[in-house]
Amino acid sequence: MQTHQYDVVIVGAGGAGMRAALESGKRVRTAVLTKLYPTRSHTGAAQGGMCAALSNVEDDNWEWHTFDTVKGGDFLVDQDAAEVMAKEAIDAVLDLEKMGLPFNRTPDGMIDQRRFGGHTRKHGEAAVRRSCYAADRTGHMILQTLYQQCIKHEVSFFNEYYVLDLLFNEVDGVRRTAGVVAYDLATGETHVFRAKAVVFATGGAGKVYKTTSNAHTLTGDGMAIAYRRGLPLEDLEFFQFHPTGLAGLGILLSEAARGEGAVLRNAAGERFMETYAPTLKDLAPRDVVARAMANEVRQGRGAGPNRDYVLLDLTHLEPAHIDAKLPDITEFARTYLGVEPYTEPVPVFPTAHYAMGGMPTTVDAEVLADNDHVLPGLYAAGEVACVSVHGANRLGTNSLLDINVFGRRAGIAAAKFVERAPWVELPESPEADTVALLEGIRERESGERVAALRRALQETMDANAQVFRSEATLKQALADIHALRERYANVSVQDKGRRFNTDLLEAVELGFLLELAEVIVTGALERKESRGGHFREDYQNRDDVNYMRHTMAYRTESSDGDATVRLDFKPVVVTRYQPMERKF
Amino acid sequence: MATATVEQAPAAADAVPSFQVTMRLRRFNPEQDTEARWEDHTLTMYGTDRVLDALHKIKWEIDGSLTFRRSCAHGICGSDAMRINGRNRLACKTLLKDLPLDKPVTVEPIKGLAVLKDFVVDMEPFFEAYRSIMPFLVTSGNDPSRERRQSPEDRARYDDTTKCIMCAACTSSCPVYWTDGQYFGPQAIVGAHRFIFDSRDEGAEQRLEILNDRDGVWRCRTTFNCTDACPRGIEVTKAIQEVKRALLFRRG
Ligand SMILES: Cc1cc2nc3c(=O)[nH]c(=O)nc-3n(C[C@H](O)[C@H](O)[C@H](O)COP(=O)(O)OP(=O)(O)OC[C@H]3O[C@@H](n4cnc5c(N)ncnc54)[C@H](O)[C@@H]3O)c2cc1C
Ligand code: SF4
Ligand code: FES
Repeated sequence: MQTHQYDVVIVGAGGAGMRAALESGKRVRTAVLTKLYPTRSHTGAAQGGMCAALSNVEDDNWEWHTFDTVKGGDFLVDQDAAEVMAKEAIDAVLDLEKMGLPFNRTPDGMIDQRRFGGHTRKHGEAAVRRSCYAADRTGHMILQTLYQQCIKHEVSFFNEYYVLDLLFNEVDGVRRTAGVVAYDLATGETHVFRAKAVVFATGGAGKVYKTTSNAHTLTGDGMAIAYRRGLPLEDLEFFQFHPTGLAGLGILLSEAARGEGAVLRNAAGERFMETYAPTLKDLAPRDVVARAMANEVRQGRGAGPNRDYVLLDLTHLEPAHIDAKLPDITEFARTYLGVEPYTEPVPVFPTAHYAMGGMPTTVDAEVLADNDHVLPGLYAAGEVACVSVHGANRLGTNSLLDINVFGRRAGIAAAKFVERAPWVELPESPEADTVALLEGIRERESGERVAALRRALQETMDANAQVFRSEATLKQALADIHALRERYANVSVQDKGRRFNTDLLEAVELGFLLELAEVIVTGALERKESRGGHFREDYQNRDDVNYMRHTMAYRTESSDGDATVRLDFKPVVVTRYQPMERKF
Repeated sequence: MATATVEQAPAAADAVPSFQVTMRLRRFNPEQDTEARWEDHTLTMYGTDRVLDALHKIKWEIDGSLTFRRSCAHGICGSDAMRINGRNRLACKTLLKDLPLDKPVTVEPIKGLAVLKDFVVDMEPFFEAYRSIMPFLVTSGNDPSRERRQSPEDRARYDDTTKCIMCAACTSSCPVYWTDGQYFGPQAIVGAHRFIFDSRDEGAEQRLEILNDRDGVWRCRTTFNCTDACPRGIEVTKAIQEVKRALLFRRG
């Protein structure tokens, strides 16, 4: 085992982690630990854009952006946080441009902007052009630009280091952050990183589901590690299903397609969104569109041999316009489905896309240990965190914004904390739990296969905890998860080696997914209402009297060592906007 | 040789044909093997399956020790460049049905970088070359309060090279790179091109100086392997030629 010491350790090198590193790195000694090479992070997959009320092409302001965010999030958004995000959005975009990001431009050379779902002028009057973009490669450009800046500022990366545990120690009766434990994929060695402050920026958990736009590596590690160490997870039952995944594959076709004029049609060729959302139509928020699509299929109006998808129609757009604005996603349709979007509509169906919930934080990215106390020295930003700016449903473009605004805030806050905080001693045998976890799996001679359990988990989640949910389906999912957890206790891997043992890491990641699936389903069962991305067929209305509150899920162990989810609740921060019915 | 069983067809496409394919893999486990060896697996796969799906099927159902990098699974993260049937491609972007299936599909690690295990190679020299060409916007003076202006035409000038996902398919297909590890390789030149032709950038002079080095751009022999290999469709050779021309122009 090796031990390292840094003022700040950042876990994750996606947009949030690298944005934090740029701030922290110029102030204090910082290391970034990442299980992927930075440029492999899934931020690079983001397509459509990043919203900010720049008013470059149409009149706009941050207050409208705040309102849209709150309403899009079905009033579960903490409004103070949404206001911070919408205000700082403008500088966040301009900062990226100054770092060199190649945004698309208006004829007079300013950053161009386009429409995106749920973003409106004057509190819902009409769609507004707010999304700043670089073709359909906005995330790629953000990831590249931030990585380039990290090279410029000589940020220290530890690539292919998997963080598997978070270390605390008590000082005067208060739990404080002491560091993390990481596993070096190349050598199989365990490393302990002592740090005054730790920033979690490990991204999402889409692999809980089978049909997903998320990368294989998005297994919710940060959330699960924190949860295992007794920290709460907020609002995990809210998962976003993006309307337009390539049917059967889940690969995303950005909402930018609809922003540029594409429309959804059912088998009969009808523009069905006109009935579900008369004003915003195809550009209504994602939960509304995804449910409408699933409903069309249920009513027998789906397209294809099995009538199990709907169609995204771009055929009325100029090929040159498609090539200029949507080159990558149209190539996905060609490569993976053999469909030519110039002339044929593309088969699409909702795909698990984004975790609205995560580690609860303050607007300075400090992680909450309960409703009222932060855990000194621990920060989180990006998809792993829940500030909560996305509430029950995230608006498109607000995540690239979130990672930049709150990534930056996390880096600054962590560095400031370091300047005033003393060092915390490492706990005794800091690596012991991690070594036990890894060796327990590695040394088991035979047992259950990781892939079989993971597939069973993903299938039950797709079948029972997706766009439509009910008490019956959720109970089924929970029973399946419990059975899978028992089988997981007997999981084994074939690769017993030390070097690049990805077999072993996939087993560990499956453990994380199982924890999170249980939290998602438990929260969804308890929430007897429909709000944003969470739709209960047995409780189809929003219930502000009983459920306008955040879920806080804690892992507890009963006396016989069985882990269960304990739910607590946290009030929503309401400043300007009282809940109203969502009509689009 | 092992044969996997039929699992299930992808959901959307019921008419997707299935077929048998033999995957011939170049395996190397540093903890067991003294040298690389070939290994065959015959599988039942489907019309929408990619080489990555076949590798996953082997790893998940037959031999968990098969090791490769991958993340996004749709050609955007650059993790899984491999030599497939002797050509560099992304495993996640290569559909099996597009390969000749009457003979085995061969998969090997990309060349020119040390093999660490199966298809995992040491990427450090590759990233080191990228870092050495100052791959970041260089400007002088105070930052403006709003964005720097750039016309759509100026933006289009370097669009092609902004698409690079650093998969190393180009660099590891370059015969010069195979024989001379000192050469920066095509990707680093692509990375430099992206900034040299950005109207906002003021670092072209320094970058060109670096690329003018004896291990720089002049080593390129215009074999076009890189352009053929690039999964993002970047005209790599053209970018290198443009950098060469910029150097000549500067000298003249
Ligand atoms: C296909 C797609 C398109 C999207 N399009 C848009 C869009 O147009 N606009 C928008 O606003 N949002 C979009 N999103 C959402 C947005 O891209 C993501 O939510 C956001 O990029 C997440 O960034 P992040 O930095 O939190 O995480 P990521 O970029 O996922 O990075 C996570 C990092 O954590 C590291 N990591 C994870 N676990 C560990 C561990 N155990 N140890 C060490 N390191 C670890 C990884 O290596 C990685 O570096 C899109 C998402 C997808 C999937
Ligand atoms: S230029 Fe093309 S082949 Fe080379 S690293 Fe970039 S994306 Fe890969
Ligand atoms: S897995 Fe990301 S490019 Fe292939």
